[in-house]
Amino acid sequence: MTDICGAPNVITDPLELRTYECDGLTSHRTTPALVVLPSTAAEVAGVVRACADHAVPFVARGSGTGLSGGAMPHSEGVLIVMSRMRRVLEVDPVARRAVVEPGVTNLKVTEAVRDLGLFYAPDPSSQVVCSVGGNVAENSGGAHCLKHGFTVNHVLGLEIVTPSGELTWLGDGTSVASGYDLLGAFTGSEGTLGIVTKIIVKLTPAPEAVHLVLAAYDSLEAGGRAVTDIIGAGIVPAAIEMMDALSIEAAEAAVHCGYPEGAAAVLLVELDGPAAEVEAELATVLALCEKAGAREIRSADDPVQRAGIWAGRKSAFAAVGRLSPAYIVQDGVVPRTALGDVLARIWSLSQEAGIRVANVFHAGDGNLHPLVLYNDASAAETEAAEVLSGAILDTCIEYGGSITGEHGVGVDKSKYMPKMFSPDDLDTMQLVRCAFDPANLCNPGKIFPTPRLCGEVPGPRRGAHPAAAAGVEIF
Amino acid sequence: MHSSGTYAADSVAKALAEACADVRDGAAADAIAGDAGVAPAFVALPASTGEAAAVLRVAAEHELAVVPRGGGSRLGWGAPPSRCDVLVDISRMDAVLEHASGDLVARLQAGARMGDVAAALAAAGQEIALDVPAGATAGGVVASGLAGPRRLRYGSPRDLLIGITIVLANGTVARSGGKVVKNVAGYDLGKLFAGSAGTLGLITEVTFRLHPLPAARAFVAAEFAAGALPAACDAVAAAANSSLTASAVELSRPSASGPLLVSVLLEGSADGVAARAAAMADLLGRSGASRAKVSETAPPWWPGPPAAEAGETLVRVSFWVSALGQVLSAIDTAAAEAGIAPSVAGSAGAGVLYVSCPPGEPGACARFTGALRGALDHARGGVAVLAAPGEVRAALAGRGGMAGSVPSLDLMRAVKDQFDPGHRMSPGRFPEVI
Repeated sequence: MTDICGAPNVITDPLELRTYECDGLTSHRTTPALVVLPSTAAEVAGVVRACADHAVPFVARGSGTGLSGGAMPHSEGVLIVMSRMRRVLEVDPVARRAVVEPGVTNLKVTEAVRDLGLFYAPDPSSQVVCSVGGNVAENSGGAHCLKHGFTVNHVLGLEIVTPSGELTWLGDGTSVASGYDLLGAFTGSEGTLGIVTKIIVKLTPAPEAVHLVLAAYDSLEAGGRAVTDIIGAGIVPAAIEMMDALSIEAAEAAVHCGYPEGAAAVLLVELDGPAAEVEAELATVLALCEKAGAREIRSADDPVQRAGIWAGRKSAFAAVGRLSPAYIVQDGVVPRTALGDVLARIWSLSQEAGIRVANVFHAGDGNLHPLVLYNDASAAETEAAEVLSGAILDTCIEYGGSITGEHGVGVDKSKYMPKMFSPDDLDTMQLVRCAFDPANLCNPGKIFPTPRLCGEVPGPRRGAHPAAAAGVEIF
Repeated sequence: MHSSGTYAADSVAKALAEACADVRDGAAADAIAGDAGVAPAFVALPASTGEAAAVLRVAAEHELAVVPRGGGSRLGWGAPPSRCDVLVDISRMDAVLEHASGDLVARLQAGARMGDVAAALAAAGQEIALDVPAGATAGGVVASGLAGPRRLRYGSPRDLLIGITIVLANGTVARSGGKVVKNVAGYDLGKLFAGSAGTLGLITEVTFRLHPLPAARAFVAAEFAAGALPAACDAVAAAANSSLTASAVELSRPSASGPLLVSVLLEGSADGVAARAAAMADLLGRSGASRAKVSETAPPWWPGPPAAEAGETLVRVSFWVSALGQVLSAIDTAAAEAGIAPSVAGSAGAGVLYVSCPPGEPGACARFTGALRGALDHARGGVAVLAAPGEVRAALAGRGGMAGSVPSLDLMRAVKDQFDPGHRMSPGRFPEVI
């Protein structure tokens, strides 16, 4: 590793290694055997080849902000930290494309193209620090993915190092795949199919107008009615976010965001697009928010005011730290129309367990982020919080939703995968894994509760047809 | 052409009949890509995922080659399968299983006709924002992976697909995704199956995210003289990059010496679209268009979803929009070299053009394709032949074949080997990709 990356970029000191023992999911920690910080794609390939040659597991890490332990190291493996590769290599404003290195932070991409009237649409709350490479691994969303889509809709090419150490491209920056869409399959694979070394992202014209509406309600139900009516009116806002009383209280204490006092729910609706459309939608949204019984409505179109309103929402996760010594950030999804029922269920689960839950959610797409508050000094309370957190996921599955909307499965939720998927579903997904990483060295132990041995093929197995075996037919 | 000698037809017929209520012998009309004459021995019409799985288990047991068929409109595209013992016709699986209008989601059986689906969704003021033939099936749309003009705004089928149910070659039924738009649990097999042309397994169910039907739409059409190619390219880029948010920016050039036609589709509210259309007309005018006309209806040349007439060769050129001028010039040069005069049209603003070579001397279409590949070798993008008669396909050998250069072929082969180790699903569909 020293030959490949240079001695200063290989970490062996036990104390320094501990710096990397976890990502944003601090409840899972493992000290890696070795940490390397490569600075080029060729170095990454060299590192991976060395690992593959010696059957040593390896894990890629971006900024380490992930919330599911996707970048948790392997105790006998190499942690490959991508943060030195953080250049914006190329911007083509006419084609609306940028080529970036994986360690660049999400917000830096937008900053690099803002003067050209463009932006990079995916905007996870951690965008100031999270890396685009990590976003690719997790298929990150963000508040605005309701309208603008997820990372997978904005990544059009990837240079990757395969788990055997080869550099190759998936996609070429056009919107057309030749052959199988491996680019799409790779995005969101949580670092288990290879390591990204370059990314071609799609840039989006900056909206002509942006308008943010804040509406305060006396109940979550009333806020939910406004959301239903807005969607029912055929409007797809850029974002629809909701916070409950407990998270409002936390945000207020942390950043003094000045949300209406005593509100049981605060709804944020952001509209963006051509000025003429935003104007038309705004009138409808204001009317519907009022009709649903808003006790107060504010709206803002200048960037400073909008940032002030968003500050409360964006700080919510960190802010609940003020309310509780420890908390679990949950990430579940339900069909949007089931939000009311599911929130009621979470409320009663919380009451039964005697554990407080603060709710922050992307109301437009049914993505819940319940924050389960507990005292980690008490073993009993810690366990009760975990049980409650699991029960919330069970509820999401029961309502036809998902165990994760944007944080990923990682190490945190692999045990829930069999509740959402059948053994055949999971085995079939792992066929992709076996195609990319038959030796199971690339971020092993993530996503799937039971690794599949790649030699075994389910069902009746026969030899290849002679035409295929002779190499005449490829697919 | 089917491998009738490798199994006992009677026992296969019996086993298929036990697996599926509707199985018949293949007829001449079932032949895939008429000129190659690949006729299936059997046609199975399963009514459910369970029946489809039973059919594929029988096929696995007897080592039969299986080809899925949806609406059939693109069945003759690509290279024809080298063999087909069982054609799995999904037309009986045609139900809209669930339309959750409040969630903007629809779950469909793979054989559902997109025209019927569109009518059902329109009743709730919603749509699947893809431009596809009404007779196409949901499964066929995903398997072909092709998108029409509105790809600029909404992407292609893979971008709107949020859940999929598949049957593997060995009969295993698997699901990925779900029925919520936001979901990152597990690998997204939908992405892998989108555009896989029936080579990885059979799609039996798909779930799409929906969009509200726009209240209004406007087409802003402009014309550029043949000599004003750079201005037309600037106009295309300006329209696509504009914060007026075009749903589509299409270009058509019926002949190399004729005018370039550009049309921009805007969708939204009545007032909003009117204001945006006026602004877009100004924008195109500033680019040097001779006239920009706003209309509620599409211009007669609006390309729609990619299509190929019988005998026609359809070539797809994908590129970065900044290279549009270079691409159009390269098409002209290659066409002149090959001695043909193809028409060019497509989603120029999204970096995709389709070149239609009329039936004629097959060598000319292949020479054109080869020359174009050579000219664009160093540009990002690709030149793929989507549909071509047998003579053209044969002439393409040595010129990059149908697909042209494909990166990461080793990984694709590994995926194919994992999903279909016996290479029995639509064998030979992507043949000479080397």
